[in-house]
Amino acid sequence: MTKTIAKTVLSLNLNGVVRDDVIPDNLLLVDYLREKASLTGTKIGCDGGECGACTVLIDGRPRHACLTLAATCQDSEIETIDGLSRDSRLTALQRGFNEKLGAQCGFCTPGMIMASEALLRRIPNPSETDIRDALAANICRCTGYVKIIEAVQFAAQALTEGEPAA
Amino acid sequence: MNETSPAQSIGVPKPLVDGPEKTTGKAMFAADFQTAETLVGRILRSPVAHANIIAMDIAKAEALPGVHAVVTEADCSDSYGVLPIAMNEWALARGRVRYRGEPVAAVAAIDVATAQRALDLIEVTYEELPAYFTAEAARAEGAVLLHDDKPGNIERDAEFDLGDVDAELAAADLVREIDVNCAEVCQVQMEPHAAFAEYDGARERLTIRPSTQVPFYVHKMLARTMGMAEGHIRVIKPHIGGGFGSRTETLQSDLIAGLLARKARATVKVVLSREETFITHRGRPESRIKMKVGMKADGTITAVDFTVQQRGGAYSGYGIVTILYSGSMIYGLYNIVSARFQGVRVLTNTPPCGAFRGHGTVKTRFAFEGLIDDMARELGLDPFAVRRANLLVAPTMTENDLLVNSYGLDQCLDWVENASGWKSRKGKLAPNKGLGMACSHYISGASKPKHWTGEPHATIHLRVDWDASITLLTGAAEIGQGSSTVMAQCVAETLGVDMGRINVISSDSALTPKDNGSYSSRVTFMVGNASIDAAQNLKARLVEAAARKLEIPAADVECLGEVYRGGQQDQGLTFEEVVMEALSGEGTITVKGNYDTIPESWGGRKYRGAAIGGTMAFSYAAQVVEVTVDPHTAEITVDKVWVAHDCGKALNPLAVEGQVQGSVWMGMGQAMSEETAFHEGLPLAANMLDYRVPTIIESPPIEVGIIEAADPHGPFGAKEAGEGSLSGFLPALTNAVADAMGVRAAELPLTPDRLLELLEKKVREDAATSGRNRGAA
Ligand code: FES
Ligand code: FES
Repeated sequence: MTKTIAKTVLSLNLNGVVRDDVIPDNLLLVDYLREKASLTGTKIGCDGGECGACTVLIDGRPRHACLTLAATCQDSEIETIDGLSRDSRLTALQRGFNEKLGAQCGFCTPGMIMASEALLRRIPNPSETDIRDALAANICRCTGYVKIIEAVQFAAQALTEGEPAA
Repeated sequence: MNETSPAQSIGVPKPLVDGPEKTTGKAMFAADFQTAETLVGRILRSPVAHANIIAMDIAKAEALPGVHAVVTEADCSDSYGVLPIAMNEWALARGRVRYRGEPVAAVAAIDVATAQRALDLIEVTYEELPAYFTAEAARAEGAVLLHDDKPGNIERDAEFDLGDVDAELAAADLVREIDVNCAEVCQVQMEPHAAFAEYDGARERLTIRPSTQVPFYVHKMLARTMGMAEGHIRVIKPHIGGGFGSRTETLQSDLIAGLLARKARATVKVVLSREETFITHRGRPESRIKMKVGMKADGTITAVDFTVQQRGGAYSGYGIVTILYSGSMIYGLYNIVSARFQGVRVLTNTPPCGAFRGHGTVKTRFAFEGLIDDMARELGLDPFAVRRANLLVAPTMTENDLLVNSYGLDQCLDWVENASGWKSRKGKLAPNKGLGMACSHYISGASKPKHWTGEPHATIHLRVDWDASITLLTGAAEIGQGSSTVMAQCVAETLGVDMGRINVISSDSALTPKDNGSYSSRVTFMVGNASIDAAQNLKARLVEAAARKLEIPAADVECLGEVYRGGQQDQGLTFEEVVMEALSGEGTITVKGNYDTIPESWGGRKYRGAAIGGTMAFSYAAQVVEVTVDPHTAEITVDKVWVAHDCGKALNPLAVEGQVQGSVWMGMGQAMSEETAFHEGLPLAANMLDYRVPTIIESPPIEVGIIEAADPHGPFGAKEAGEGSLSGFLPALTNAVADAMGVRAAELPLTPDRLLELLEKKVREDAATSGRNRGAA
């Protein structure tokens, strides 16, 4: 009854774990993460490419998981908010968003933190402009962004002062 | 000794108690719940703006393999709504659709594709009716009525006439008028609406997790719509991705999830798209305001005469309340005596409006603060001087009987004047730069509840068990504003214990006491006070137990938080020991605390609807906005905002700053770029690209000054912090643009298009004037 959709065996490294899944070719990465892998930390805030809530790292680069077909991630390394804190310890960014109140409702937060993570790996000591540029595709409706900038600055400082990188 | 000094929880910056979940992705929002068997719920929406439904055939959809339920109005026992007198909405349209996108049927199926195919198989026959997309069209002579019981398509006329407006206008040295129109705006909270509903067919019980600010109201409306006993429904509030008023009322998606789950006798998840979330709307109505103000030469305001017309959308919702707020809240900020108001809320074939942050107050404030700024200029007065000439003196009652017990507006003015360098910089900025300022206020909870049952406004339970941890049970909805944190702070402070002892459980109808929900900035004030009351009751129990154990009179027990002792020399009992003693022969302790408003705060009786605006305390705010305008593109850059907010007492200064920054910034979106738009009722901007929410790139630094004019009734003196500084941004911005460019914006949002038009008009007028002057010379 259903039109058959071609399927792919997807092999990738998801938050440090290698896994294989049989997935339909039209499956979006964000649905793969949330439904197939049960990692619901990544959020869906819009109908495609408008809000940044779904930001994950693909091979270290921030990407909209809602605009990416899972099948195109063959052999990639995917990192999501769910895998960021190791051994339940908050990373510097997570502590920054927590302690500086970069997260109010927390819905934009996974995307914000992943986009910030990519920034800090690229530029450990970002200027305010660097931060604004890196988060330009991420909408937050609660904070007015002021404390998000402070959260990222807090993390950058903590990291450059020798906090072990998570 | 260190361990005996009580822990301080109030007045110090505290991260949110649920911060770790939110920063690790573990926080579960409604759409995150999933079981192996969860069905997908989808909604069929009306393609037309106004029509009678002649026929509907769901047989083919029901027959489609993989479809478990199809629901229509036939599955609904009753209508629903906000006010008991205006419940004219149905979860699924009954007989008539009144806006494009109104839900008419819904399906639950094994997957999205099947659900979508099932929707395509539902046949609906519509008989189209004339549709009205503007307030004027809906009010026109002979227009077809949207609702038979609303003649003229008027939801509500509201009016008052207090003092002696005509005499006071006549006595003024300057009388000026303004006519403004503000676009409709939408909350666009980041989380699209969702609900996860589980139906237990064996017991006929429903458990639902809706994305709502008002779990209690959703509970009531589910029972009403589904014809179920209230006790057979359990509403559990998951994490909520913001609200700002969009979820201050029950939404169809909440009800539809319940209806589908029951019919399928299964678990159903309904997740709206962003487009559907826009169509669900409940935002701020388009408003046309005409206002006349009289002023003395020294800046004293003699009278205000104004009309407000709101395009309310297709159903009542909060409409009556919104239009009443737009009038009553002219009072409470300044010393105004004479005011006349005429408001009209109009029903139109557009998505229903609701209670957006700053409910009802924002556009009136915009008109007023812009008008008095122009009048100040004309009278040669500084904008600050005009505000200072009209301050209230607390305690007082306003002319419309609003109680003002605390008032920090004067301090707010001083703070922003200094912080922004107003005196030295105003009028001396580079060309195309400007400074503007404005004031605002907001209620700390509506004093009269919408459903009057005689219950207290807020109830808190505290449970202490053998492990000496304290569980705080509250029905108040944590929606990201930090309410759970504030309650934990209030309890910890009252008991003198570390906040780490307290676990907050928020909003699960099977566990937590009823609460009206998170709206009208009521939670800190009302639930905060109930938390203090509960903690005091618990403390009394613990002191009694300590007295028993120490064998001294209770009056002699000194409570140091973690230690209860008899005197300086006594090493005393630890908190754990006191708890054990208290439990002995008694078992787990549960105490409660209540809060009720006082009748003086319930608003007056001078006109119909005068209760709206009544509150225990007002917050106050002043702000200065600095802008740069590109004279060629008319693009406005907000360089900086200085805002002072009188919240009585900053229980959590970190959260107060966050709330104030968020409010100011939300005002900025409304002032500069946000606007819903329709073509023949079809939403043109139902996505986050066309509906322009400010990004981090154009968002300014916002410096917050916390002013603490303690309120005698507030919890530790606190008042609201999450709404009062929103409305001031709009006029502060347009006043800054007026300062920079010499033009007065009367239409919002002030997009580059609109500003360019104003600038070009000014150039033409200036040329004409100088031409005339040359001609005359
Ligand atoms: S969910 Fe909004 S950009 Fe992907
Ligand atoms: S914290 Fe709520 S959207 Fe950013």
